[in-house]
Amino acid sequence: MKIKGRSAALDDLDWRILELLQENAKQTYTKIGHLLGVAHSTVYDRIKRMEEYSIIKKYGTVIDLEKVGIKPITAFVTVYTDPKESEKIAEKLAEFNEVLEAFTSFSEELVIIAKVVAGDQGQLHSFIAQSIAPLPGVLRIRTSIVTRKYKEEAFRNGLNYDSQRKRGRRV
Amino acid sequence: MSVSPSPSKILRNLLRNEAFYFFTSIGNYTGQHAGSLREFMQKIGEIDIKSLEFHLYRQDFEKWIAQTLGDARFAAEIKNLRSRKVAGNLLREQLSNVVSRRYQELRGKMSFKIIT
Repeated sequence: MKIKGRSAALDDLDWRILELLQENAKQTYTKIGHLLGVAHSTVYDRIKRMEEYSIIKKYGTVIDLEKVGIKPITAFVTVYTDPKESEKIAEKLAEFNEVLEAFTSFSEELVIIAKVVAGDQGQLHSFIAQSIAPLPGVLRIRTSIVTRKYKEEAFRNGLNYDSQRKRGRRV
Repeated sequence: MSVSPSPSKILRNLLRNEAFYFFTSIGNYTGQHAGSLREFMQKIGEIDIKSLEFHLYRQDFEKWIAQTLGDARFAAEIKNLRSRKVAGNLLREQLSNVVSRRYQELRGKMSFKIIT
């Protein structure tokens, strides 16, 4: 990993370590080193540096909620806003536990898109009606409830990023 | 026995988080809200019929009237309307009648109090 200004350029080994950690963040430095053909001390140094520079932001736990008897519903909530209030609304949405992700987006109008979870449709509606609709600057809201999930992955190093990686490597 | 709040309390201007927000289905907010009983009466005359049907049969109107405005008798009238299972323009008409009647009644009581 090379640092230039506020950005870092990762080399192939860094990316391969990240991919293995994304698959299983609990595997040991020794196992990762063995898989990649490098010493465990090299793996340790690389991971520590990526943690230090917040390239690795955190390690998480994926819970299978169905196994503990919880079947939450997920919805994508599009909030149409007064442009002057948009940022404040997005920041407020980000504070709610029900909101897993929130983005501002611009198509024909400025909108906020939020991924929201709730116990059931009643709870989802109450949350939107009591916590989102009353926020100053909310013009209207459209909600799409997810019926089936086909894919859910964190970012992985893909082909589209090869050119950026190569540029990074030259730094 | 519950004590009915004063007409002025029922007719007060509400805070943002007390207002009634009109949706057409789960999570789909129309952008219209009512911050008082007077505004509620006006919105009923113009809001999408789908929104009136959605809220009536979820019992949202009667809950808001009972819990936020504190008018149990009025909430019972809405409940009675719900039990008749009306829909479409007939629902708008009947709901408007019930709400307008109660609004005028409360306004009348306020005027009476001022005179006496």
